[in-house]
Amino acid sequence: MTTELESVVIKFAGDSGDGMQLAGTLFTDTTAVMGNAIATFPDFPSEIRAPQGTVAGVSGFQIHFGTSGVHSPGDAPDVLVAMNPAALKANLHNLKPACTIIIDGDSYTKKDFEKAGFEGNPLEDNTLSDYKVIEAPITSLTKASVADLGLDNKSMVRCKNMFTLGIVFWLFNEPLEQTINFFNQKFKKKPELAQANVNALKAGFNYALTIEAIKSSFTVLPAKKQPGTYRNITGNQAAAWGFLAAAKKANKELFLGTYPITPATDILHELTKHKWSGVKIVQAEDEIAGICSAIGASFAGDVAITTTSGPGMALKTEAIGLAVMTELPLVIVNVQRGGPSTGLPTKTEQSDLMQALYGRNGECPIVVLSASTPADCFDWAFEATRIALEHMTPVILLTESYLGNGAEPWKIKLTEELPDIHPRTLDSLDPNWKPYQRDSEKLARWWVKPGTKGMEHRIGGLEKDECTGCVSHNPQNHGKMVATRQEKIDRIADFIPLQRVKGKDATKLLVVGWGGQFGILFGAVNELQKEGKDIAFTHFNYINPLPKNTAEIFAKFDKILVCELNNGQFANYLRGQFPQFTYEQFNKIEGLPFKIKDLKNKFNEILEAGNA
Amino acid sequence: METEALQCPLKPKDFASDQEVKWCPGCGDYAVLNAVQKALSELNVKKEDVTFVSGIGCSSRFPYYMDTYGFHTIHGRAAAIATGVKVANPNLSVWVISGDGDSLAIGGNHFIHAVRRNVNMNLILFNNEIYGLTKGQYSPTSERGKVTKSSPHGTVEDPFNPAELALGAQSSFYARVPDTDVKLMTNVMISAEKHQGLSLVEVLQNCVIFNDKVHAAITGKDTKADNQLILEHGQPMLFGIDKTKGLRLNGLELEVVTLGEKGITEKDILVHDETIVNPTLHYMLARMRLPELPIAMGVIRNVGKNVYDKALHEQIKSEKTNSKYKNLNDLFLSGNTFKVS
Ligand SMILES: Cc1ncc(C[n+]2csc(CCOP(=O)(O)OP(=O)(O)O)c2C)c(N)n1
Ligand code: SF4
Repeated sequence: MTTELESVVIKFAGDSGDGMQLAGTLFTDTTAVMGNAIATFPDFPSEIRAPQGTVAGVSGFQIHFGTSGVHSPGDAPDVLVAMNPAALKANLHNLKPACTIIIDGDSYTKKDFEKAGFEGNPLEDNTLSDYKVIEAPITSLTKASVADLGLDNKSMVRCKNMFTLGIVFWLFNEPLEQTINFFNQKFKKKPELAQANVNALKAGFNYALTIEAIKSSFTVLPAKKQPGTYRNITGNQAAAWGFLAAAKKANKELFLGTYPITPATDILHELTKHKWSGVKIVQAEDEIAGICSAIGASFAGDVAITTTSGPGMALKTEAIGLAVMTELPLVIVNVQRGGPSTGLPTKTEQSDLMQALYGRNGECPIVVLSASTPADCFDWAFEATRIALEHMTPVILLTESYLGNGAEPWKIKLTEELPDIHPRTLDSLDPNWKPYQRDSEKLARWWVKPGTKGMEHRIGGLEKDECTGCVSHNPQNHGKMVATRQEKIDRIADFIPLQRVKGKDATKLLVVGWGGQFGILFGAVNELQKEGKDIAFTHFNYINPLPKNTAEIFAKFDKILVCELNNGQFANYLRGQFPQFTYEQFNKIEGLPFKIKDLKNKFNEILEAGNA
Repeated sequence: METEALQCPLKPKDFASDQEVKWCPGCGDYAVLNAVQKALSELNVKKEDVTFVSGIGCSSRFPYYMDTYGFHTIHGRAAAIATGVKVANPNLSVWVISGDGDSLAIGGNHFIHAVRRNVNMNLILFNNEIYGLTKGQYSPTSERGKVTKSSPHGTVEDPFNPAELALGAQSSFYARVPDTDVKLMTNVMISAEKHQGLSLVEVLQNCVIFNDKVHAAITGKDTKADNQLILEHGQPMLFGIDKTKGLRLNGLELEVVTLGEKGITEKDILVHDETIVNPTLHYMLARMRLPELPIAMGVIRNVGKNVYDKALHEQIKSEKTNSKYKNLNDLFLSGNTFKVS
């Protein structure tokens, strides 16, 4: 018997060496190709090798897939794969009632319970009595399935993630082809390894079929999506592709200057695969050199970007000031992680907002944008580049670990579907031109690259005369220049779309979000809207400047609740921008995304307080 | 840089901008400005192809005085910024202007890495052994015990010898010049620009205000002949007023000998070869210190080595021909895509 489900949350959890990220990714790829809506959340320890078998070493990959209602990776799993007791321990507090738990019986020995911190055997005391447990001797069955391929013991055991994946594929009636193709491609030169993984996968599938692991299996129908060609994409990959596309549409060459840091490094990894496109990449000696090389490239006429995460952002600060002062186009990507300092390198947070807005010496206004889903990192990378080039300014693009590593289907945009970008370049001699001459509309100066005959000029970080661009310490001139640089950023509001609200008729409660929590916030608000509650949602991607109609929207609601993964940075920013309104806050700072359940509780609380 | 011969070559003053030069009267920086303008005119380059990138410090005001492209950046980071300029456009003639504080203190990391990568650009290091712009604190090249505003009791740290640092970072071109010899400086700048890779030119520069005469023993009228060994490729290492002193290798040490004494003839004198790949002798020349040995001037090392910006562009070119992708749409549509209708 097969049961149809609207949506399901699966979590693959195991020791960091158990291959759970790969199992999760391969499952995601298959469900995506089957046309499901998906959202994923990889969650792993920052130590490369935390002690084996301990809770600190548990690596997880959560995927939410379905026909509808998939706005986030989901609060809690319907199915948990727990490769060892530590993985079970780490997830026990957060499971749906009647959750299915798949367990590798071979790794449930006394030693393993103790390492995981269980008092007794969770399979025998009543710990798991409320759940459906599928206990299979996964390690030994995996070994048996690959026994005749002549592999060493370690390589045989390594295939157990594929045995497990086979079980999960059976449970959800998913085909194996996609995964088999993956291994045949990946191990073209080592066919025995490809065969081992495929054997284990099939063995898992057949095992589940034979024992009828669960009395019935489930099907999740494809989602109703806009027609088009899709592919699965992570936020970091999408951002990299967005930059490639933006440079192309600006008819310029792309330059990346960067230094590796989690979780931003994958943008570097992705772009470096595409040298064929002409992208120039400098892996610099540190973040300062990364951004500095990008500033140099921008001066020389390239579409320059630099990518990093919190601590790297701190190092880039002085150079960002130089880019603001010299009014050069540059995109600075901060894939935020938990802070401060080295903080939580592999966990998500939204706490670098104030740093992006104000973290520089002097009056140093800059454009700040944020992406809201993994796939739209493409659009925001593109938009950040457009603003940088058309308005001659550095732009900070904030994404989050949650977006960078998370994946979802992306409706492919072919280059001919994308708008052109019009850099403010001057390519030939204009005798009347001055380096800091501005156009009257955008107040942007012209971009003249070295090599242009007759237009030799000097720029730098010192204050400059408003007309000639020559160094000037004149007090009135400095005042004017500070005002002009601010005005230039403010005027960008004339060139961006108006802010929109989801749920038009509401008047009581406006939920305000920004950045990567979009899907979760939208999902929570949506559920209450379906219950007929007087609630609406607005989500900001343009942070500085804010859309022009922001105050107009706020004025329509009795209450405004700002939800963010920090201590209230956006709320405080709004208080400064629009002090006429009162802002309530919902904050979480645990290195984890919001849960729909918690949000709904908070929303209901406020709505009910209003009724009293 | 591709130098295309100009119809009428530019004169040194054609490279001067309309900005008033504001260094202290008597500052050694003026001489470097002259030498660079002379060198550019002799190199027959087009103004628009030349870019000066500087950090922060007195010397770093240099780009404002040149009628070329220029970028006055932030303290210590000029080498990193120039790397971006050169990689973005390898056709430009890129010159980095930096001080001893700028390149060896705050910018030490970028300095050694630019040298290591061998980016094809020229880095002129103005070494006045002091912080000029911030008014007289000791720098990483100040001698141990140096009394300055920030070291009234004398420093308790040892200095860098920029040459040793550069050779340690596998420098492919290193030259040293005194700010008192514009002719030598001009020639060295010309060699630097012609060299493929990072050309480091250390100028012993006098700061009249905060460290006057720090190089006087080397550059003084009466002492320079005996205290400077001006190197010429292929020539014996002779110095002194009548060129009667010379350098010879004695075991693992260099020693000064006099022609005609103890049967020494020119045959015993080392001949300078700036192109030997083994850096040992260059290193010994770069390390020479008074009073035992003269200070080596001119081009000490000039060897071939992989050039970063060139290699980077070659890799891009080869990827362009070999990749299965020809445009972005190929990439976007590659791998596992699926249709929804
Ligand atoms: C981040 C930063 N730290 C400190 C300074 C102050 N500062 C400017 S120039 C300088 C030292 C300059 O010395 P040097 O590089 O030897 O150049 P000189 O002025 O002697 O030519 C210092 C410390 C600065 N501008 N920026
Ligand atoms: S302070 Fe020294 S280095 Fe600076 S301009 Fe004056 S003399 Fe030259």
